[in-house]
Amino acid sequence: MINTTLLTNLLPSMLAISPDTSDAAASHAQSITQVGTGPKWILLIIGLPMLTSILCGLYAIIGNKTKLPAWTVVAGSGIAFLATVAMYMSFDATPYTVHAFDWIQVYFGDKSMIANFSFYIDTLTIYWMLFVTGLATLIALYASEYMSHDVGTSYCRFFGAFGLFVFSMACLVMGDNLLMLYLGWEGVGLCSYLLIGYFYKKPEAVAAAKKAFIVNRIGDLGLALGIYLTFVHFGTLEYAVLFNDPTLLGYIESAKVGNFEAIPRIAQWIPLLFMIGAFGKSAQFPLYVWLPDAMEGPTPVSALIHAATMVTAGVYLIARMYPLFLTSEFALPIVAWVGTITALLAATIAMAQFDIKRIMAYSTVSQLGYMFAGLGVLTPTGGVYHVLTHAFFKALLFLCCGAVMHGFAGQLDLRKLSGLKNVKGWGVVTIGMLIGCINLAGVPFTAGYFSKDTIIAESFVTPGTSMIGWILLFTAGLTAYYTFRVFFRVFMGPVEYHPGEEHHDDDDHGFHPHAPGWAVNSVLITLSVLSIAASGLYFVGGNKETHTKHYAQTMVMFSTASYTSPYSEHAIEAAHESHDPNAGAGPRGTIEHALEVPIFGGDPHKMMYYISAGFGIVGIALAWFLHLFGRTNAAECKMDPIAKRFGPIPKMAENKWYVDELYALIFVTPLRIIAHIFHWIDKLLVDGIVNLFGYLPRIFAWVIRPSQSGVLQGYAVSMAGGITILLLVVFVIIMQGGIS
Amino acid sequence: MAFPEAIPAITIAHYLFVSAAMFVMGLVGFLTRKNMIIMFLCTELMFQGAGLALIAFGRHHLAADGQTFVIFVLCVAAAEAAMALALVVLLFRHKETLSAQAWKELNG
Repeated sequence: MINTTLLTNLLPSMLAISPDTSDAAASHAQSITQVGTGPKWILLIIGLPMLTSILCGLYAIIGNKTKLPAWTVVAGSGIAFLATVAMYMSFDATPYTVHAFDWIQVYFGDKSMIANFSFYIDTLTIYWMLFVTGLATLIALYASEYMSHDVGTSYCRFFGAFGLFVFSMACLVMGDNLLMLYLGWEGVGLCSYLLIGYFYKKPEAVAAAKKAFIVNRIGDLGLALGIYLTFVHFGTLEYAVLFNDPTLLGYIESAKVGNFEAIPRIAQWIPLLFMIGAFGKSAQFPLYVWLPDAMEGPTPVSALIHAATMVTAGVYLIARMYPLFLTSEFALPIVAWVGTITALLAATIAMAQFDIKRIMAYSTVSQLGYMFAGLGVLTPTGGVYHVLTHAFFKALLFLCCGAVMHGFAGQLDLRKLSGLKNVKGWGVVTIGMLIGCINLAGVPFTAGYFSKDTIIAESFVTPGTSMIGWILLFTAGLTAYYTFRVFFRVFMGPVEYHPGEEHHDDDDHGFHPHAPGWAVNSVLITLSVLSIAASGLYFVGGNKETHTKHYAQTMVMFSTASYTSPYSEHAIEAAHESHDPNAGAGPRGTIEHALEVPIFGGDPHKMMYYISAGFGIVGIALAWFLHLFGRTNAAECKMDPIAKRFGPIPKMAENKWYVDELYALIFVTPLRIIAHIFHWIDKLLVDGIVNLFGYLPRIFAWVIRPSQSGVLQGYAVSMAGGITILLLVVFVIIMQGGIS
Repeated sequence: MAFPEAIPAITIAHYLFVSAAMFVMGLVGFLTRKNMIIMFLCTELMFQGAGLALIAFGRHHLAADGQTFVIFVLCVAAAEAAMALALVVLLFRHKETLSAQAWKELNG
């Protein structure tokens, strides 16, 4: 699928633009202004979640049996959210740092390594923190009801880890140096592990938690090495210093004219290593396998950590480090292609799953792939915009699935649920699900539609990546299909439901689903409103001076992620305004020429609205025809005979293309064998040596033990004999003339 | 009764000879007898042999050290005799015999 020559030639041509293209937007990029100091109350955003976590621990110790932990976390996250809003309101486009305390300050010679516990606030930070703290508050509220069966120590444990997660995420996003980012990175990984393994008596949950932790370790190694290399090469870990580093700015200038030979290889390795870290945390191919299994955790956790916030940390990392990524010849093309492959692969798997939570999990992987593709095809705006819209609608979808799971005794199989729309008390969930689905499917004028289109359109105009555009477009069709497959199967059609395994009565007839209560419903309504409102962000928040068209773009433009692709819609507009016919001229010709590459008979930025809408609607129509039209019960639909025609393919997709089995064969089994070998080496060789030292005195004792016969005379004889021999020796020595 | 004309002077060698004889008799007795009381007596005999040698050497060197030392040894021997006999009585009560062989089970 990957054309290697395309890959290697991609970035120079993607970045190529002559240096004299001095349109307003491009000149704005990478000019990071002076970094000031911010007010101390911003530390509340970090401190409160930590405090709630500690309080939950104390509640567990004193044996609290109420919902107090939930309200503590809701209040803590809520105030943190309000503080974030206040931070946003008082922000005036100049990044600043807030210092909490000195953390690591090492001086050696004329160099120093400084990593303070302080926070870097720019638009990207604010953008991220707004939805992290906001969603954390909403989902904590949802969880207060969802987890109510576990009130007691487990409840405290859940919310303790929840608070710790918000704290770690805040450290990750707000930290002003790479070490703080790493601290948060590992912190969210730990909380993810703790919360996936929340039902620690369930072997699957424990296995999933371990899998998530171990797979993330691979990525984290990449991130750690990237941080070392950054320090070795640039001599600093602080963003404020790093992104104003003259060396780095010089590299970027070289990269813009395609002169990658001028950039040292070692510097080009840094983004590649960061990229591996991002792939692990954001579940990209080939490290995506942990995320679907992570659905063993409670659903609020899936919604917050494994859909909305933590898994976007990889996107954040790349967006934050975008200047570094521009300096590598291979990093961004690889990011783009890996994202694309992940999007397609995960979408095909999602099409064949029957567990609705798993479908959402694979959908998350797929959508994260879109974000990476967006970053890779030089539109950090598209990637970052998609993070926000996806956070809302995917959290909503997960919480709806959670409500279903909760109400139907753990039932998640779409073949055993049907027509929930008409069951009393499930109206809010149905509407929430519908809103989530239209966003995910990219129905026109939804938030998901705009953010996804930005990415696809950009991949068509960026030279050399139109293949990515086609794949993403096709995947958008698949996405619409699998999304509405769930909706049409579970919420539409004839009413039929069977309880899940958590229902312990003998017959199904006694089963009554319990509809969600006020906390769940209010959260679903809020998230539905937010998901719809997110589409409005496409029309507001533009900035005339910087030629940004919408909110997310403005937020990105004032942060370290600000990079304007010479082929982006906004660069073209800027070029038109400057009335320079040669604006945007580069090795591939003018911008107008570059736009001849696409095949839609017009500017893909405009055409994409129609084309991707078409793909989405075809997908939905297919789902309607195959899964709703004429369906009379929950288990059977028109798709079943068609699936049979494809032979083993649906079965393979249902089994996730056997990727887990492949990994088991390639990595896990050899590692197990090696582990066994080392186990025996340890047991025989190492333990053997240690035991030998234990046995030596015993052997010696065994040899001389018979001399202690128990016969008194025997001892006397040996004593007398010994003395005699000693005397003889002395006698002989004296006879010889003594010891001289 | 006629005494020999000249009784050879009793030298230290004679004392040492007697001392050694007493010691060896004690040692042989200790090694050959099984009765614990006899064995104990034999140790006393060795003790006194050694004491005699000490006195002889003390006299030989015209010093009081040897004799003083023997006085101490005798005291200790007296105390130790009381102890040892008490032990023998206890051992006898256990096995109803004075044979040292009876305690062979105290092997290693």
